[in-house]
Amino acid sequence: MDILVFTILIWLGSLVAGFLGSLTGLGGGVVIVPLLALVFGVDIRYAIGASLVSVIATSSGAAAAYVKEGFSNIRIGMFLEIATTLGALAGAFWAARLPTSTIAIIFGVILLYSAYLSGRQQRRRQEVDRPDPLATRLKMDGSYPTPHGLEHYHAHSVPSGFGLMFLAGSISGLLGIGSGAVKVLAMDQMMRIPFKVSTTTSNFMIGVTAAASAGVYLNRGYIDPGLAMPVMLGVLIGSLIGTHELVIAKTHRLRIIFIAIILLLAVEMIYNGLTKRI
Amino acid sequence: MSKVKDTWTDQQVETIIGNLLRGGVILAAVVVFIGGVFYLFRYGSAYPDYRIFRGEPTDLRTAHGILADALSFRTRGVIQLGLLLLIATPVARVAFSIFAFLRQGDRTYVVVTLLVLTILLYSLFGGRS
Repeated sequence: MDILVFTILIWLGSLVAGFLGSLTGLGGGVVIVPLLALVFGVDIRYAIGASLVSVIATSSGAAAAYVKEGFSNIRIGMFLEIATTLGALAGAFWAARLPTSTIAIIFGVILLYSAYLSGRQQRRRQEVDRPDPLATRLKMDGSYPTPHGLEHYHAHSVPSGFGLMFLAGSISGLLGIGSGAVKVLAMDQMMRIPFKVSTTTSNFMIGVTAAASAGVYLNRGYIDPGLAMPVMLGVLIGSLIGTHELVIAKTHRLRIIFIAIILLLAVEMIYNGLTKRI
Repeated sequence: MSKVKDTWTDQQVETIIGNLLRGGVILAAVVVFIGGVFYLFRYGSAYPDYRIFRGEPTDLRTAHGILADALSFRTRGVIQLGLLLLIATPVARVAFSIFAFLRQGDRTYVVVTLLVLTILLYSLFGGRS
């Protein structure tokens, strides 16, 4: 297989990953590393570098569409980005020190967990939404548009949300994924920010978090232009097609297929890590 | 009333940021694509080898080296320049937010944003370890 065929195949694979990732809301980055490492036999460090770049592209590309809807909260996002960028640096630090087989096993476990998070039913809380002093001081309270007009909300538990965000950043920096599922978990479940606000703010944060670790990866020589080129262009175009929701009716079935692919890749990653093949 | 006109609403700031991000991504994608087409013409029939990790040559690791490579139209350097522009896009967004929070007179968030920008610049220029 020469570089031309190799590039086209990777571009097509990334296109499908980006399409399914944005259509299902699970993110395309999560399958790029296993795809490159398991199917194309790429060293996991090159795979992580290429994946990080594609994560920045999709996050930034989608942000323009999200801000029009007026859901994201730039203050919550910016404050928590202190935690995610520091975490990203920590993750990138460990990526150079852990054996690749260990990284593969951690990757598999995180894949399993994100599949579990996204397969779980969304439960709605019915609690009194009292303002939180720290969140109020940090001007995190906001409002977002609903069919019944503007709805106000308060943010809560800033320190624990901040802590979980550090973990989300570390995972992102270590594995080269957006770790949007953990970011949404921190905001939606822990800080009790409305789901729509959490997901759009998370998307905003993913690009900045990935940029923090991408800088380190670039300096370290993990980002290969020949490999990152088809991955970035594929995931970007795929996710743009996905956000246009051409096939709304079949989203549910695609979601199940995509979760099944993630589960399969997770098991493969763990198996290959344990047998030291990666 | 003049004070109200001078400050931006959060919605206005977010719209500018959204356009900034989209512009950055489009520019980066175009540069990567152009570099990619020439790269495939040049190396398309060679064989890829990503099985063994060697790391990129030093000129593809720093902003300075990438720029020099791209200017002498080395195809891998042009792609890498596009990727560097992509990494710089969220950094530009954070830098712009400092300006926006300054205009809104929000000192707390000027400090918060400066902190995030410092971490990002450290990773781009200092985080080699």
